[in-house]
Amino acid sequence: MEKQIEAATPAGTGTEQSRSITTRIGPLAQRYGILIALILLCVVLAAVNENFLSQRNIINVLRQTSINGILAIGMTFVILTRGIDLSVGSVVALVGVVSASFATTSTAGVIGSPYMPLIAVVMGLATGTAVGAVSGTMVARFSVPAFVATLGMLSAARGLTLIYSGGRPVPALTDGYRWIGTGDIAGIPVPIILFGLVFVLAHFVLTQTRFGRHVYAVGGNPHAAKVSGLPVRRIRFAVYAISGALAGVAGMILAGRTGSALPQAGVAYELDAIAAVVIGGTSLAGGIGRVSGTVIGALLIGVMNNGLDLMGVESYYQQVIKGGLIVAAVLLDRSRKSED
Amino acid sequence: MEQPLLEATGFRKSFGGVPALRDGRFVLHPGSVHALCGGNGAGKSTFLKILMGIHHRDAGTLLRDGKPMTFESPSQALANGISIIEQELSPVPAMTVAENIYLGREPVGLFGRVRFGDLNHMAQELLDGFHFGIRADSLMMDLTVAQVQLVEIAKALSYDAEIIIMDEPTSALGEAEADQLFAAIKTLTARGKGVIYVSHRLSEIFSICDSYTVFRDGAFVETGAMDTIDKDRLIHLVVGRPLTEEFVKENEPGGEEMLSVRNLSADHGVRDVNFAVRRGEILALYGLMGSGRTEIFDRLFGLSDTAGGEIVIEGTATRIDTPNQAIAAGLAYVTEDRKHSGLVLTGDVRDNLCLATLDRVSSGQLMRVGAERDAAQRMIETLNIKTASDKLSVSNLSGGNQQKVVLGKWFLTEPRILLLDEPTRGVDVGAKREIYRVMSDFTRAGGAVIMISSETDEVLGMADRAVVMRDGRVAGELQRAELSAERLLHLAA
Repeated sequence: MEKQIEAATPAGTGTEQSRSITTRIGPLAQRYGILIALILLCVVLAAVNENFLSQRNIINVLRQTSINGILAIGMTFVILTRGIDLSVGSVVALVGVVSASFATTSTAGVIGSPYMPLIAVVMGLATGTAVGAVSGTMVARFSVPAFVATLGMLSAARGLTLIYSGGRPVPALTDGYRWIGTGDIAGIPVPIILFGLVFVLAHFVLTQTRFGRHVYAVGGNPHAAKVSGLPVRRIRFAVYAISGALAGVAGMILAGRTGSALPQAGVAYELDAIAAVVIGGTSLAGGIGRVSGTVIGALLIGVMNNGLDLMGVESYYQQVIKGGLIVAAVLLDRSRKSED
Repeated sequence: MEQPLLEATGFRKSFGGVPALRDGRFVLHPGSVHALCGGNGAGKSTFLKILMGIHHRDAGTLLRDGKPMTFESPSQALANGISIIEQELSPVPAMTVAENIYLGREPVGLFGRVRFGDLNHMAQELLDGFHFGIRADSLMMDLTVAQVQLVEIAKALSYDAEIIIMDEPTSALGEAEADQLFAAIKTLTARGKGVIYVSHRLSEIFSICDSYTVFRDGAFVETGAMDTIDKDRLIHLVVGRPLTEEFVKENEPGGEEMLSVRNLSADHGVRDVNFAVRRGEILALYGLMGSGRTEIFDRLFGLSDTAGGEIVIEGTATRIDTPNQAIAAGLAYVTEDRKHSGLVLTGDVRDNLCLATLDRVSSGQLMRVGAERDAAQRMIETLNIKTASDKLSVSNLSGGNQQKVVLGKWFLTEPRILLLDEPTRGVDVGAKREIYRVMSDFTRAGGAVIMISSETDEVLGMADRAVVMRDGRVAGELQRAELSAERLLHLAA
């Protein structure tokens, strides 16, 4: 009642253009706040430290951001549907040890197939997707609250990782597998390329496909989505599977970069992923957000960590600063929205 | 003349340079029930929010008992004897009725211990004083929606305010509970309190208010005593142009049955329901709150846990377990609460219009944005939805236009049978008429409408036939010639 706009439908020439401008400013303004923060941070860091803008450092930041970025993109799908996926850190470790076990120098030597890295990647993706599918089934089919279902999975997947690996690292990975984490194409590290690919694909899915429309509708109002005939359960299931699959990608990048898969890898990664999503402007209440915001959020965290490293700030302080940043981003977002 | 309780003159308020209220005036006398009338966007809500201290006025004076005042916050307004019953309910479900009424004002004893005995006693006395028939120690979550609304009303009255603002207080009430509310209002005015009453239901205004003030386009239009004005003139003042007829009804029921149900059962004990609706017909499902009307719609649309009985659509027995099957069978369902289950409020107008027909505006998984836009534009034009753009967030639209968006979403599915649950709730007079026009045109073009309505006038004005529900069963059926408010109530109660 109180928020209505008494605007007649514009008619006549010239309105078409002004209409498209006014409707585009809203989303842009939403993205601006956090983008400006990122740019400002970069300017400040470039001013205080000459190394910051060096090609090596920029590539370094992007590579360090890629794992959290990929996890955060998967998390964006889940959060858009009003869910949460706390299990991604454990999935990173589980996928790492499972896929790596197909790509150690010893197993590769035994089986001796040149396709071993490929099989390892397929196994990794399948593991991540399967774990996500189990979470998705619990949430979508059995209506377990997402927080509880994925909290359970956080513990279970970590346990499975330790069982599978016997608590020991899976060592000495083949060069083919390590390429995922350390290789490059035309000078650009593979993790950054994967990060870019995942971003473009996710952005396309959310903005251009029917499934994308479904995700926003289910998060915005699941009741209305159900009445309108949308397959709400299937959509809920799918976002957890996507999050699991992307956690798998991240897990393999991490194992590839480390050179061996550690069962204790990825602890608390879910928190950074959630932070990137929230800083990027996606609403925890669902239905509002975009992948580009998430990527900027992940970059902001990455740049900040890097900048504080360059300035020699202890990592203990970095955590405090990151915590402040998360809350500040949400406050900024809220004050901007209430001004509308 | 006696001192007015409240006198507001020249209220002005703009939001971001857009004036929402240009000239708000209102005088409330003790013992009066004063209707504040106006369409959506007339400035009523803004005016009331200034009174409540939620917004700050840009200009104007407010006299309370003759003393100039400015309220900085709702608690200040409350301290000066102004309380409000809001449209939106805010109960704490796991607490008792008494705890809800006196939330934050509990009587406390030693060490801050809540004196529950006193609390329950006070609350029960309050509820009994208004004959609400609710136990103070029952849990909020065990109450019906209508009872929750009555508790909210009791809460507003518990402040013993001199001035009580009621903003659409009957929107969630059935006839019986509404009568309880009206009796409570009479008790209040007898005690010398003043009530500011806002409602889109004109019959209510005429039956309980003694004076009226009309706002239009953010400005005061006219004030006077209720017995000096008739319905047509009031509508004229609200809408700004004469409305000859409130209802639009040009349909003619045909012979062929479009949908019939046999021995249908649904949730909450609804069973043995039989009725049919014919081509070109508007059938009303009438009944009190909780009589099982909405449950029948949920069952017809595959949203029910219970699935007994048979549904025949255009001669074919049809199984409906999911909304998709219902949509495929040619049904469309405008639900009772558009914010809860009609609209995706985070989305824009286009998203909402295309929500049920995404498969028609996409090729495989790929959305065809042009087709989406065209479909949305078509509905905006057909239904005269007032929005600056189809990319505007649907939460910015007025109630009437939001309702048209829900209707538009369903018209895009090209339905043959429309299920409308309280289609004009919270919709202003002008938009109401447009919705009646849509119903009339739809049935004239060969569709069938089943309408749930708690407004007797609406049933009398629009329905060709009424099926009356009581306690989950069909209590009787009335042809248009037999329809009257008394007969409907007699069957329903």
